[in-house]
Amino acid sequence: MKEKVSATKIAQEFLEELKLRYGADLLFHQSGGCCDGSSPMLFEKKEFVISDSDISLGTICNVPFYMNRNQYSRWEHTNLVVDLVDGMGGMFSLDNGTGKRFLIRSEVCTVKE
Amino acid sequence: MLEKTKRKMAKAFSGSERSKELNVEHLGIDFPFKSRYGNFINGKFQAPKAGRYFDNHTPITGEFLCEVARSDSSDIESALEAAHAAFPSWGKSSATDRAKVLNKIADVMEENLHLLAAAESLDNGKAVREAVAADIPLAIDHFRYFAGCIRAEEGSVSELNADTYAYHYKEPLGVVGQIIPWNFPILMGIWKIAPALAAGNCVVLKAAEQTPASIMVLMELLADVIPAGVLNVVNGFGLEAGKPLASSSRISKVAFTGETTTGRLIMQYAANNLIPVTLELGGKSPNIFFESVMSEDDAFPDKALEGFTMFALNAGEVCTCPSRALIQESIYERFMEKALPRVEAIKQGNPLQLETMIGAQTSNEQMEKIISYLKLGKEEGAELLAGGGASKVMGDEFGGGYYIQPTVFKGHNKMRIFQEEIFGPVVSVTTFKDEAEALEIANDTLYGLGAGVWTRDGTQAFRAGRTIQAGRVWTNCYHDYSAHSAFGGYKQSGIGRENHKMMLDHYRQTKNLVVSYSPDALGFF
Repeated sequence: MKEKVSATKIAQEFLEELKLRYGADLLFHQSGGCCDGSSPMLFEKKEFVISDSDISLGTICNVPFYMNRNQYSRWEHTNLVVDLVDGMGGMFSLDNGTGKRFLIRSEVCTVKE
Repeated sequence: MLEKTKRKMAKAFSGSERSKELNVEHLGIDFPFKSRYGNFINGKFQAPKAGRYFDNHTPITGEFLCEVARSDSSDIESALEAAHAAFPSWGKSSATDRAKVLNKIADVMEENLHLLAAAESLDNGKAVREAVAADIPLAIDHFRYFAGCIRAEEGSVSELNADTYAYHYKEPLGVVGQIIPWNFPILMGIWKIAPALAAGNCVVLKAAEQTPASIMVLMELLADVIPAGVLNVVNGFGLEAGKPLASSSRISKVAFTGETTTGRLIMQYAANNLIPVTLELGGKSPNIFFESVMSEDDAFPDKALEGFTMFALNAGEVCTCPSRALIQESIYERFMEKALPRVEAIKQGNPLQLETMIGAQTSNEQMEKIISYLKLGKEEGAELLAGGGASKVMGDEFGGGYYIQPTVFKGHNKMRIFQEEIFGPVVSVTTFKDEAEALEIANDTLYGLGAGVWTRDGTQAFRAGRTIQAGRVWTNCYHDYSAHSAFGGYKQSGIGRENHKMMLDHYRQTKNLVVSYSPDALGFF
């Protein structure tokens, strides 16, 4: 599958910073639902169990990006861009507590892929 | 976006002076916050062990409100210690005594309604009139409801035969962990606290880092009301404090309100410890308006139009926000002709003023997320009928706050603005031909938390209510959160229920005693 996800430069730089702190064995999982829903969550690979119910949308700085398959079926007409904003939240995501948050910006696919 | 940081502005304000926008004298109270809060552990405020704090800002102007404990696993351990020490006594206390404590909590909250409402508005950005009329009164009633429930309920006896009886008792789980969201910091806290305490559990609660302070104002009021260690509130970041709580082997249950990825993670932790979870993970609630709504010129169309406008309640930061409006084709034009002026009339302003109908979004990232969806909706080809961006009515004095215009899109249900909870004052409208199509659209979602059905036809209302795959279907009403009705999700919206006396069973287990009153052996051996 063509990569459905990319990241802005500041998001990539911040991800590299987090790699220095937590190691390179990381993954993103796209959340859905309320509160911090629609946000990408960054975990150590050993922390979050990826299963057949997930689909990989590509990688960002070699960090794989996953989403629940059912959710993807509702999102597949969009490409995702991981950006970075100021923020306090993030639950158990590794950006939590840094004052920065990864944020998803979405673009409608121009060509049916 | 980083250059536009709001925090810089917030810093400029920090210190002892506060802008006049944050004045609360008109509510008959003093400013609710102290300059710094530790954790509430074992009945006392305690400094975090590592001595770290973080700055809490108000989304109203971006100004500094207070410092809050930045706790870590050692503080969670200390809260768990206190809870475990309190449990043998609290868990065995009589329903009479527990109900007395719950009723006392309700009384103290009622005496301080405006203080708590203002704290909630300052911390979260919500319109204080909603906190005064809904959040805090509902929270108060929640304690009274569960106090009543535990006084009235009883166990059961089964007669297995004339000499043998099975007695069923409900026993508390023990020490439970609760992780609270930021959209209704006090009310969502109390949805979890009240049944847990009523059932005889002790609680360690982690408040959301976006809204950590209002619940500490409540704890100050309750320090002498709740026995030490029964309720412990720890602040800090999810990663540093929430995760050690959710993954602790010293809790007997974890309750969480939030989103799906963290919900999965919390279930993973619970699996490791073989403990139960309850999860509320949000929705994308359909609000269906059948043509009979407009068939008479009486009071009902007005009620339905208010029901449509309910997407703006709490600035849309509600798990059951009616963020998909499904309107029957035959009335669409007439309905929207009245609905759009209703939306335009939503008064946005300083959340602390009682006439303000919509306040601020709770955080910068939330505002950014909403804006990203507003852009996506336009790209997806949805027609913008109202709003569509950051607020234009707020003056420079609110420049550090987070304000979004109430927004109405028209589109179709496959668009992402119909599929994901934007958690902002944004409603996506579509039309349907007949009941079958309405219900198909309503159920074409990953979620199933709330729904609304508006019709004059009682049979249709019943049919629709039973067909919609959601835990709660409001019928000819919306956003009613009475303690005596069950709330929770179908599908990916979660597991378990909140509110209603059935909630007690999420915080208890059944003890069965099988007792023989016969002196005779069975004769097997």
